[in-house]
Amino acid sequence: MSWSPRLRQRLLSALALVSFFLLWEVICLVVGVSDLILPRPSQIAVVLWEKMPLLWPHTLQTLKTTLAGFALGVLTGIVIGVAIGSSKLAYDVAYPLLVGFSSIPKVAVVPIFVVWFGAGTVPAILTSMVISIFPVVVNVATGLASTEPELEDVLKVLGASRRDVLWNVSLPRAMPYLFASLKIAITLAFVGTVLAETVAANRGIGNVMIIASGNFDVALVFSGLVILAALGVTLYLVSSWLESRVTGWSQRKGDMAMV
Amino acid sequence: MAEPSFIELSDVSLRYGTGTVALARTSLSIETGDFVALVGPSGCGKSTILKLVAGLLQPTSGGVIVRGREQGSPSVGGERLRLGIAFQNPTMLPWLTIRENVMIPLKIVPPFRASYRAKRNSEFADRAEALLAQVGLKGFGDKRPWQLSGGMLQRASLCRALIHDPQLLLLDEPFGALDQFTREELWAIMQSLWIERRPTVLLVTHDLREAAYLANRICVMSSRPGRILETREVPFSRPRTIQSSYAPEMAALVQALRMRIAEARSQEDQAESQEVAA
Repeated sequence: MSWSPRLRQRLLSALALVSFFLLWEVICLVVGVSDLILPRPSQIAVVLWEKMPLLWPHTLQTLKTTLAGFALGVLTGIVIGVAIGSSKLAYDVAYPLLVGFSSIPKVAVVPIFVVWFGAGTVPAILTSMVISIFPVVVNVATGLASTEPELEDVLKVLGASRRDVLWNVSLPRAMPYLFASLKIAITLAFVGTVLAETVAANRGIGNVMIIASGNFDVALVFSGLVILAALGVTLYLVSSWLESRVTGWSQRKGDMAMV
Repeated sequence: MAEPSFIELSDVSLRYGTGTVALARTSLSIETGDFVALVGPSGCGKSTILKLVAGLLQPTSGGVIVRGREQGSPSVGGERLRLGIAFQNPTMLPWLTIRENVMIPLKIVPPFRASYRAKRNSEFADRAEALLAQVGLKGFGDKRPWQLSGGMLQRASLCRALIHDPQLLLLDEPFGALDQFTREELWAIMQSLWIERRPTVLLVTHDLREAAYLANRICVMSSRPGRILETREVPFSRPRTIQSSYAPEMAALVQALRMRIAEARSQEDQAESQEVAA
């Protein structure tokens, strides 16, 4: 067979995915697992289809909350990251504080947000924001700090100001780091949203799942899971695509060395 | 009093932190339009002198005066000295094309800075292309840095150092990482660029043939602490060729320099072993 390695790899990934669900289906049928414990993929698909009109508004709610939290988190993360990454002193001073904040389990901040803003969308947005800040800050700061000293010397000798160096060298240099962190942050933002929705909200997929699980509607719980997975993968792909558009230079695309 | 030199180092010492003395009471003057090479073993403070002249380091004592002004002092009015610099590592920005990399100084240095946006696709781009063609990179302006070999990147790095017509060009072993053929080719290119534009050049190198081929004057340095042992004129006529760099007179000069450095090194080793013994 003369398939290109890329096509081959894609076919194999697709095959792995299909086999996973097939295996799940078959094992459930053979072992006779109750659909109260683990519903079969085919059952989940049916529930997903039937309940879609009900699930759709919640899907949109979760998506909007996640995107809002993600956007706020990334913006804040970039601002903090640039601030602490462009000065050694700021970096050393702020780093312990940041590590402290980031090591707080994020589920613990939800009750605080609920006290402050009441149950609903706001705590969910804030949780997803808080959870997605840290990877952005660390990556942006690292990216800024990783400018080669010789390159900075070249610009300083030309009489470049700190701002010139930041705009022309440090920020573009930090872009691959930023986009790498976006892929992590978007996934975490989902975690934050769903977390807050299960604890303190009356809308969103997280809320649907917690209610469904109270009603032993396990197929509906799994439907929620499928929706979350689909949203997560979609947003990951979007960030990936953006990354390759903006920072293609760091992946050395194009023809190879000439000589 | 005579007209002050373009670059005056008087009794300059530099100590890193509280430890190593990189440079001890060194004096050096360079006239406008001269081509001076600093040679010596690694770690002798050659690059330190270059960085002092560039204003990237401040001396612990002594004065570094460039064109009548203390280097590193805040520029009070007047036009800033135009400097160009190239290192052993070409340090091209990977997200820009070669042409854009070469044009970086035009983006930063006045008076080009003010009209960069307006002229970057016309006049400045032509200027970069012309310079690239001069170093043998015609047609490579649109390539990205990773598509070029090390020798080609070093050529581009020379273009970047020269695009804004610097009055002073600082070269820190720019040909150090290249193979011999590429190196000799770049010597010839460097020489013709210097003859054409006549910037003042300070070249740091450990290659004695390179110094003899390119420079008007060679300063031999010793290490620990770094100081200038002796200065030699290079009397050979220009343009010099690779053939002439193997001529007996040139070979004799290189040999003499080599002996001087070897002598300094052996004295140093003796001094060191005495220190250890004591």
